Amino acid sequence: MLTTRRVDAYHALTVVAPGIAEPFRPGHFVALAVGGPQSSMLTRRAFSVHDVKPDYGGTVEFVFTVRGPGTAWLAERRARDTLDLVGPLGRPFPLPRDPVTCVLVGGEYGSAMLFGLADALLQRGCRIDFVLGAASADRVFGAMRARRMGETTTLTTEDGSLGVRGRVTDVLPGVIADARADVVYACGPMAMLRGVTAVSVEFDIPVQVAVEEAMACGIGTCMTCVLPVIGDDGVTRMVRACSEGPVFRGERVRFEDVGTIPFDALGAPGSPGGGARHVS
Amino acid sequence: MSVDMRTYLAHVELANPMTTAAGCASSGRELAQFFDLNRIGALVTRSITMAPRAGRPTPRMAETPSGMLNAIGLQGPGIDAFLERDLPWLAQRGVRTIVSIGGGTVAEYGALARRLTDAPGVTAVEVNLACPNMEDRGRVFARDGASAAEVISSVRTLMRYDVPVVAKLSPDVADVVSVARACVEGGADALSLINSPLGMSIDTETLRPSLAAVSGGLSGPAVRPLAVRCVWQVHAALPGVPIIGVGGVLTGRDAFEMVLAGACVVGVGTALFHDPHACLRILRELEELLQARGFQRLADAVGLAHRPPGNARSRADTTDMEESSL
Repeated sequence: MLTTRRVDAYHALTVVAPGIAEPFRPGHFVALAVGGPQSSMLTRRAFSVHDVKPDYGGTVEFVFTVRGPGTAWLAERRARDTLDLVGPLGRPFPLPRDPVTCVLVGGEYGSAMLFGLADALLQRGCRIDFVLGAASADRVFGAMRARRMGETTTLTTEDGSLGVRGRVTDVLPGVIADARADVVYACGPMAMLRGVTAVSVEFDIPVQVAVEEAMACGIGTCMTCVLPVIGDDGVTRMVRACSEGPVFRGERVRFEDVGTIPFDALGAPGSPGGGARHVS
Repeated sequence: MSVDMRTYLAHVELANPMTTAAGCASSGRELAQFFDLNRIGALVTRSITMAPRAGRPTPRMAETPSGMLNAIGLQGPGIDAFLERDLPWLAQRGVRTIVSIGGGTVAEYGALARRLTDAPGVTAVEVNLACPNMEDRGRVFARDGASAAEVISSVRTLMRYDVPVVAKLSPDVADVVSVARACVEGGADALSLINSPLGMSIDTETLRPSLAAVSGGLSGPAVRPLAVRCVWQVHAALPGVPIIGVGGVLTGRDAFEMVLAGACVVGVGTALFHDPHACLRILRELEELLQARGFQRLADAVGLAHRPPGNARSRADTTDMEESSL
């Protein structure tokens, strides 16, 4: 581990991890073990990657907020401590082939993962407009950097302490219309992704969302991070956010059914051939 | 000198005693990114059902002290997709595969056995008996020796004679030995102990159960003493029956403990979520421990803790002391 810093309400850790930095693509995430070698906390914590740099052979920075004993332990780490990371994991953001106009929407520290994406889009000659939102000013992540990179940057806070009072979905239609956006990328809480998807669908433009789901492993084995997603064949399946995501086409995610097994999902109880209910 | 780590699951030889625990290796492809699956004794698949299953709603997992609760609900592709995609993928790579099966009726287990009997690449079948019996008001098969034995004998009858049938038992019973004995009498060639016991946790923020399914299987080191006790009791009662010891194995020491209790094969489950390389690390640690204790063969350590006290095995590096006069 290299450095640790506070960014408003969040913590940012930079680690030297050439094996992760080199194959990294925007949208990838890392899974961390917490609590040290004798830890009683066995599940990994998944974090999206904020920044990857070539220094020291390759560094990776991720942003998090203290939510429980695992992230509290992480917040206490100092330079030269060793961390156990697995990554890069997941499927990255697909990038447009042509230089199009993209709106990047981030909620809370979900915006952290948008900057790597913004770099890649700028390299392809895309125009970028940012919309970042949070509950309050200290929870809006990366506003300065967004202002430097984006053609425009619109900030929203629910308490009105920064930018427009309200939510990102309140300002998004205006931003899309003004920029004549071709694509929307979004990362943040599930409710925000649902709203961003609805707006994008209204404008009939593609929307790529990166979801945040609780996971134990991050590598596709524990089957805990599933959500209902419609496949190319029109069939809804319970897919893993870690290995089949975290990036999905927004209109394919059945946001209103997250946390349930939709009755028409493949293998749902009571569906044709859906089988009996088992204990474990 | 290296230790001979070969072991036998009934008549089937495995290169070493490490397996994945059922439901902890997904299709196998996910773990193959981290290590060569041929280097473990066998891969145990998730429990395969007749139809595809979407599983339980989320949240499905809650971390608990030294473990976790899960209620996945046997999400899986169903036997057709398994035979079409997953099993051939494993077979092509020569991965020793123990296929776990789950059903709601004796007939469903039988139908699964019938589908698997001619499939190439099945090293053994592990019968997940922790499924509710639809013909007995949802009572779990593993809780009742007679219905567990009925499932086992149906699978044993329909499965190729040279493919061992393993009964996976639950610790949530008054007498695990009687269920184990019933399964062996029903034709089980080996036993797997333990399936995850049921547990529960409540989220004190939302004031609701942490899992959508309310209760779920508890796994991880938190349940290891329970697993060791079950393996010990069953090995003492049925010393000739091979046992796969599963439950909270995180290190080589934990695997050694299972072996000493009577397991000749050791399953690794929750540890894989924490460390994708866990199987190979535990194997290496176990081999080092055996070597340090003077063992030349893993088989010599199986059930060794059952020997009567005072009847210590003579070892090159220790001296047998005479009984103290005190």
